Amino acid sequence: MSFDVPDDRRYLESHEWALEDDGTVRVGITDFAQDELGDVVFVELPDEGDALTQEEEFGVVESIKAVSDLYAPVSGEVTAVNEDLFDAPELVNDDPFGDGWMLEIDADDASELDELLSADEYEDQIA
Amino acid sequence: MPLQTPPLRGLHDERGAKFTEFGGWDMPVEFDSIRSEHAAVREAVGIFDVSHMGQIHVTGPDATELMQRLTTNDVTRLHVGDSQYATITDEDGVIIDDTVVYRLPNETDDGARADEDGEPTYLFVPNAGTDESTHERWITYRNEWDLEATVDNRTDEYAMFAVQGPDAADLVDDVTAESITKLDRFEAQYATVDGVDCWIARTGYTGEDGFELIVPWSEAEHVWSLFDCQPCGLGARDTLRIEAGLLLAGQDFDRESDPRTPYEAGIGFTVALETEFVGRDALAEIEREGVEEELVGFQLIDRGVPRHGYDITNTDSRVIGTVTSGTMSPSLEQPIGLGYVPVEYAEPGTTLQVVVRGQSKKARVETTPFIDTV
Repeated sequence: MSFDVPDDRRYLESHEWALEDDGTVRVGITDFAQDELGDVVFVELPDEGDALTQEEEFGVVESIKAVSDLYAPVSGEVTAVNEDLFDAPELVNDDPFGDGWMLEIDADDASELDELLSADEYEDQIA
Repeated sequence: MPLQTPPLRGLHDERGAKFTEFGGWDMPVEFDSIRSEHAAVREAVGIFDVSHMGQIHVTGPDATELMQRLTTNDVTRLHVGDSQYATITDEDGVIIDDTVVYRLPNETDDGARADEDGEPTYLFVPNAGTDESTHERWITYRNEWDLEATVDNRTDEYAMFAVQGPDAADLVDDVTAESITKLDRFEAQYATVDGVDCWIARTGYTGEDGFELIVPWSEAEHVWSLFDCQPCGLGARDTLRIEAGLLLAGQDFDRESDPRTPYEAGIGFTVALETEFVGRDALAEIEREGVEEELVGFQLIDRGVPRHGYDITNTDSRVIGTVTSGTMSPSLEQPIGLGYVPVEYAEPGTTLQVVVRGQSKKARVETTPFIDTV
């Protein structure tokens, strides 16, 4: 089975993606992760204004069968949370790289993204 | 120890199933998605490979007595083609396993079916991974009591499929040479499926109408392929089961980690105290004195999903129990679960709390089953 791995973003080994645009980093989980989890039924996310540290837990995604922690790709302040997921967590399954995004972080140092996996490296990890 | 594999492991793999270890078996947990498989069973029909379930065959002049003394229900109520839900308990009345006991046609010494002559014959279905210990238990007691009965573990000889859902009767009837629609719930018969002799019972584990087919291992792939419907994995079986308030061995009762009696587990109807069986005296005393804790269903009012092992507390945050099963109910779209609590907290409507990853979430005791079942 092949999974989408867009090459416009970076990846964590724990299956989060990070897409940077002018210092703001949008975060979600990958196509592979949503497939492994199965039907997502619940997402617990931080509040706007919360401070995150790279590689620390920032929330939880739950499917019918499993619970999975979420890890921050960069340090910074949460500037937006995708509240659509509270009523429609299935967006994570339907469109993990698009409407299923989880939060946006105003990165303290966007160069932290360089420490993450490239699309090719992530693809190798899930192969 | 290598996992045992069901006869259709390869077929499921080709179909894209994901697998999980269950009771020592490598079983499909999900084919498409738990939600779609669950919906297929609630709204139409789905088929499950449950070949990991045990198959113990008992026959001989004392077969009825052996079954009677090792299961809690009254086997003498069974006529040929009947089945009953029962528990297997130890001397303390603690559930070792739950099972369905089928009364097969009588058999002669050479295994031929002989309705009039022959000896009473039973097949019962222990849970996955318990067939060997159950077989040993039957042999040990048979020898101790000096009963004349043959006990065979046929788990590796028979596959088992569950066809479940409101359209199950039509679908099964379409593939059987003999009509099976006249069977009532918990009735069973032999029927021919495209030339294959199968034992077909109107039983199941989803809360829906449905049938379980016991199929010779070598014919499993052929019989499975005749059913053009949604294949379902153990994930959907779990969510369907919880909605129906049905127990899962090893989770809702576990002799080692959480010993429970049938009365605590809410299946006191499986106990026929007027019969003699292992655990009978202990259960009679418990029945007389009442239980201290019982299994309840609950719905989480706050957001979150209850999971096996989470603490249940009262509203003062004192731990009073543990979640044994929990899920986000696909039918109700609400988080639901089962767990043992002291009887004073068991009344439907009682407010409890479930500790979900360190946070107390409000919950309310509900009547089970959570959904209408057959």
